[in-house]
Amino acid sequence: MRVLIPNPLRSYTANAAAVDALGKTLGDLTRDLDRHYPGMRFRIVDEQGQIRPHIKFFVNGAPARSLAEPLADADEVMIVCALSGG
Amino acid sequence: MAKTKTPRGRGATLLIATRKGLWQLHSEATRRTWRLAGPQFLGHIVHHCVADIRDRKTMLAAARTGHLGPTIFRSSDRGRTWHEAKQPPAFREGSGRVVDHTFWLTPGHASTPGVWYAGTSPQGLFRSEDGGATWRGVDGFNDHPQRKAWCGGDQDATPDGPKLHSVLIDPRDPKHMYIGMSSGGVFESNDGGADWRPLNHGVRADFLPNPDPEYGHDPHCVRMHPALPDRLYQQNHCGIYRLDRPAERWQDIGATMPKSVGAIGFPMVLHARDPDTLWVFPMDGSSVWPRVSPGGKPAVYRSVNGGKSWQRHATGLPRKQAWITVKRQAMTADANDPVGVYFGSTSGEVWGSRDEGRTWKCLAAHLPHVYAVEVA
Repeated sequence: MRVLIPNPLRSYTANAAAVDALGKTLGDLTRDLDRHYPGMRFRIVDEQGQIRPHIKFFVNGAPARSLAEPLADADEVMIVCALSGG
Repeated sequence: MAKTKTPRGRGATLLIATRKGLWQLHSEATRRTWRLAGPQFLGHIVHHCVADIRDRKTMLAAARTGHLGPTIFRSSDRGRTWHEAKQPPAFREGSGRVVDHTFWLTPGHASTPGVWYAGTSPQGLFRSEDGGATWRGVDGFNDHPQRKAWCGGDQDATPDGPKLHSVLIDPRDPKHMYIGMSSGGVFESNDGGADWRPLNHGVRADFLPNPDPEYGHDPHCVRMHPALPDRLYQQNHCGIYRLDRPAERWQDIGATMPKSVGAIGFPMVLHARDPDTLWVFPMDGSSVWPRVSPGGKPAVYRSVNGGKSWQRHATGLPRKQAWITVKRQAMTADANDPVGVYFGSTSGEVWGSRDEGRTWKCLAAHLPHVYAVEVA
């Protein structure tokens, strides 16, 4: 499925704004992303398997609050870095 | 104490870790002129950047961003290129604990090349055996049955999060270590981190009901003298202290500071060769703890007799209306002769002295909030 990558994570994807990845759940998807882009998962998911505080996932435009969120091959996942500047 | 002469003037390189990235300051041999290089990791919160004195090539930087979790970057060419750690410090899955950021980095003993230690917020101790590429928790500390009691809860945290810092390795014995924790106190291990015990007697903790508890203190910065490893100094939330092992009771050496200045600050800096010479940067610890130069008149205080007395040094620093804050990792010294002393401020200035702290010059300004200054 297509995954939209926010600017702060594009150092992992050679600046690609969108990549393809696999997974039956959002958690699976983050592990697949980490296989292709090592280190990316830990920046967005902590060691206890929780989405980090300023990271949000959207599946087909709808917010997904859990890594258990089921995914289908045709879904589009967007990773968003929430407002956290200053 | 006899002082040993070493060759003069190689110049110095300073690693300036800031809330918005990493810079380097390079001097020529006399240390009169400096060149600012950077930024690297622009926008990253760089808590600490440290060079490996064992190989003079490796550097590690502890970084995160406002959004992204904590990681470690590694360089094997003195900071020209960087690669991210494969497995940054992280607590064991299922422990319920999450590393917010890596706060402190220390190269291991000279006999263990590639070994590094990291202290995190909240308090965790981690070890790498491959030059910082992969990290594992030091179970003897992270899983110690007393750890929760030593560290306290969220109410005991310092404003920027509870921290494990000041990881000190005895140059005579890689298994002999000290750590500092804010809060928690100073702790010692004699078995490479398998077990720990508090080492805080004599240190005030006037924010606790028992002013002389076994643990729960707030050491801001603890240093071990490299040439006399039985000599420890600490700048504490409640004063300045010295401990000469095997003694167990810290001596209050801040009591001789001028009453109008006080003995509160964050950094503690030692002379590379003379165990009796040290520098502190006092900050206002009165009322609501402003933590700025007392009266807006910044000064470095130096002792050349192990803390028996102090001299005020402010030549070159602003004379008034300068409300400077220097964090615990943001002051350091080089090993030249005479020693150079440096500090960075939260207002983005870096100051240097090439005459052991007597006179000062602004080396860089307009940088972001400085978190750490280390000599490479």
